[in-house]
Amino acid sequence: MTKILVDGVEVDVPGDFTLLQACEQAGAEIPRFCYHERLSIAGNCRMCLVEVKGGPPKPQASCAMSVKDLRPGPNGAPPEVLTKSPMVKKAREGVMEFLLINHPLDCPICDQGGECDLQDQALVFGVDSSRFHENKRAVEDKYIGVLVKTEMNRCIHCTRCVRFTAEVAGTGDMGAIGRGEDMEITTYLESAMTSELQGNVADLCPVGALLPKPQSFRGRPWEYQKTETIDVMDALGSAIRVDSRGREVMRILPRINDLVNEEWISDKTRQIVDGLRTQRLDRPYIRENGRLRPASWQEALAAVAAKTKATSASRIGALVGDLAAVEETFALKLLAEQLGTPNLDCRQDGAKLDPKFGRASYLFNATVAGIEQAGAALIIGANPRKEAPVLNARLRKRWLRGDFKISLVGERADLTYDYDYLGAGPESLLQFIRSAKPVEKLLVIVGQGALARDDGEAALTLAAQAAQRLGGLSDGWNGFSVLHTAAARVGALDLGFTPGAGGLDARAMAKAGALDLIFNLGADEIAIEPGAFVVYIGTHGDRGAHRADVILPGAAYTEKSGLYVNTEGRVQRAFRVVFPPGEAREDWAVLRALSGALGAPLPFDSLAALRRLLFETHPHFAELDEIAPGDHAQVVALANHPAVAMKDSFATAIQNFYFTNPIARASAVMAECSALAQGRLAQAAE
Amino acid sequence: MSVRRLAEKQTESFEFTPENKAWLEKQIAKYPDGRQASMVVPALWQAQKQHDNWLSQAAIEKVADALGMAKIRVLEIATFYSMFNLEPVGKYFIQLCGTTPCLLAGSDEIIDVLHRRVGPQRRVTDDGLFSWLEVECLGACCNAPMVQINDDYYEDLTAENFEKLLDNLAAGRPVKIGSQIGRVSSEPVGKLTSLTSLYGDGAK
Repeated sequence: MTKILVDGVEVDVPGDFTLLQACEQAGAEIPRFCYHERLSIAGNCRMCLVEVKGGPPKPQASCAMSVKDLRPGPNGAPPEVLTKSPMVKKAREGVMEFLLINHPLDCPICDQGGECDLQDQALVFGVDSSRFHENKRAVEDKYIGVLVKTEMNRCIHCTRCVRFTAEVAGTGDMGAIGRGEDMEITTYLESAMTSELQGNVADLCPVGALLPKPQSFRGRPWEYQKTETIDVMDALGSAIRVDSRGREVMRILPRINDLVNEEWISDKTRQIVDGLRTQRLDRPYIRENGRLRPASWQEALAAVAAKTKATSASRIGALVGDLAAVEETFALKLLAEQLGTPNLDCRQDGAKLDPKFGRASYLFNATVAGIEQAGAALIIGANPRKEAPVLNARLRKRWLRGDFKISLVGERADLTYDYDYLGAGPESLLQFIRSAKPVEKLLVIVGQGALARDDGEAALTLAAQAAQRLGGLSDGWNGFSVLHTAAARVGALDLGFTPGAGGLDARAMAKAGALDLIFNLGADEIAIEPGAFVVYIGTHGDRGAHRADVILPGAAYTEKSGLYVNTEGRVQRAFRVVFPPGEAREDWAVLRALSGALGAPLPFDSLAALRRLLFETHPHFAELDEIAPGDHAQVVALANHPAVAMKDSFATAIQNFYFTNPIARASAVMAECSALAQGRLAQAAE
Repeated sequence: MSVRRLAEKQTESFEFTPENKAWLEKQIAKYPDGRQASMVVPALWQAQKQHDNWLSQAAIEKVADALGMAKIRVLEIATFYSMFNLEPVGKYFIQLCGTTPCLLAGSDEIIDVLHRRVGPQRRVTDDGLFSWLEVECLGACCNAPMVQINDDYYEDLTAENFEKLLDNLAAGRPVKIGSQIGRVSSEPVGKLTSLTSLYGDGAK
């Protein structure tokens, strides 16, 4: 630790802190454009100049100088940094004047207006007029993809976007061509960016040069109602802020949560917005003579009640989809218990995960933040880049630090980091387990691609064996990590939403003639064969709704307050941003109303009462933002579970990153992204 | 200098010659694993030398492939350095210095000659022999005005001797590199003006 004086305030900071960090520690505000906590240091905007005593006698870029570079005073006094001296004020004004020389005065028509670093800092640290009378430079706008719009006249060359794509996203899409005044930020010959995290460059841009394209000219930031909530597009549960105006969700931005998503979100999380508006189910429907017709709630509920009363309990089933919150899953489970059916399932993809093996058997036990402590990684049947892009960025971050060997069993793919390819199927994995040497803190990531097949249990067992034998289990480290793709899955498994004694699983339920009545709570990734009467509770006119006999419109994740448990087992709470459209209602309320129509109301009348009941029976749901850790013994027991693996190769669980759920499939922006990605695939195959 | 872009008319493909390929492999092997990107400037230079002194898109992509770099990283380098030509140049590529000392010593006359003989900047003559570009200081101010033709400097130019130089180049006759008025490196023009008590006629 080194002592340093900042504006006369003494602070004690580590020697490798930059002056900028030390100043922040001391409470002094330093303006900056190019510096960003999670990117490498460029030192090219010069906005963070400070005056130092004990260093060179000129203004110093505080982001690029570390505390240990400064010498103490003659009598051993700590080095001194001044952030408010006349020299600093003049230096900042000079830098700002230079930056504004080529920056257009188009704030009134710029979407960044109101949340622009340059605007704010020009106001505080700049001067009131310009001495530059020549023409400003003009730069052609570049095409860099469907998600980010460019206005390159506004670019101040901070290179945050370049560093982000090179370091965090790992695709190296962007660069700065030319030099000096002719420097231009672009992608290679204006090709579209290839990263699943590309939307973040618009957030990073301190000016209005890179802007989210789908939100062009839609509104001003001060008009928006801002709600902090949780994302459900993948099982990571990224922290997001949803901005809304009136009844409409306008945009989705990341929130900082170092334990989960740092400050990135995937493109699907961010640009799903238009999917929340289109293809919505806004009133109940009943199928008559093969066609769906609009109906009232009373009619629809009566139709369901009549069908339920006419069906014996063993012929009734209940499915939970990928986007359901814990509350409605719980309500559906209570309803199923009331009806007396054992046919429950939340694993519509057929994943062989089961709460009977204990909670540790289906959690990402290492935790997302724990990836950074891992010593090596073994990825089994997963493509983290598609299944959880932000988690993949975390893996890449660990890999970049070095001394991190990654091995992969499954489909080959560009994961943005190097790995040893072991083979495609369980045999390669078995061989690796037998031959490899144990390492410290092995991270075993097992994906749904390995689990969602008939021998999934064997794959799970093999993964547990890998963790047990190769160093995945030690004091304070549980490297056995299941990577989920569905936001609802862990919560539903926690609730035990799996077949009871003699019950059918999802795939068996979907077979023709297996059941007479299926309650489908937003399960759209499963094809239910003809025969059964399907009651679909969901949000979008997607596969589930097309197959339904009665549609009860529910609320999307931005329209209800609910608990979600992410792949690590972290309980997080999502909040309502806007109200569901039309006659749609929150899903728990739909189920409560349905139970009323059946003549046996569920024992709650409000969300609060539902939650009280939930917390009584499952107390860990009350611990928000906490993980109830998995038990080592459960992983060991799983490793000893007898199961025989087949020879087939593991396939990746997600074929198309942009189309994994009904909201995404309703989004035109996602369709555009998907078309671009498919085009790239086709080109690569040629 | 202006914004540098890849040439509109590109060649179809680029392949290193066997010799250059062998050279490239030998050079790449010198770099530690994962640090091959450091080779990018020599690799581009070799590609340019092989490819009539300019870099096509195919050549840039080939170098990116060979060094395992993202294409944009190589494009950044190729557009940054003015020594990489992004469009076809003449067999004799003339880089004319127009910075202050050369300007004062009469580079305007040389520019006039070039306009008359070669045409506007960045255009190759019909016979493919010449093209020219005005560049910033080349560091031969003592012998101003000067041009660089391919790898060599031609100094102490006047309209007459420069035109003769171009004639000789066009006809394939041998030319003299360096000063065109017989000066040795940057010794004084005419006679010694300083240290005369030590050197020359006045020496003791």
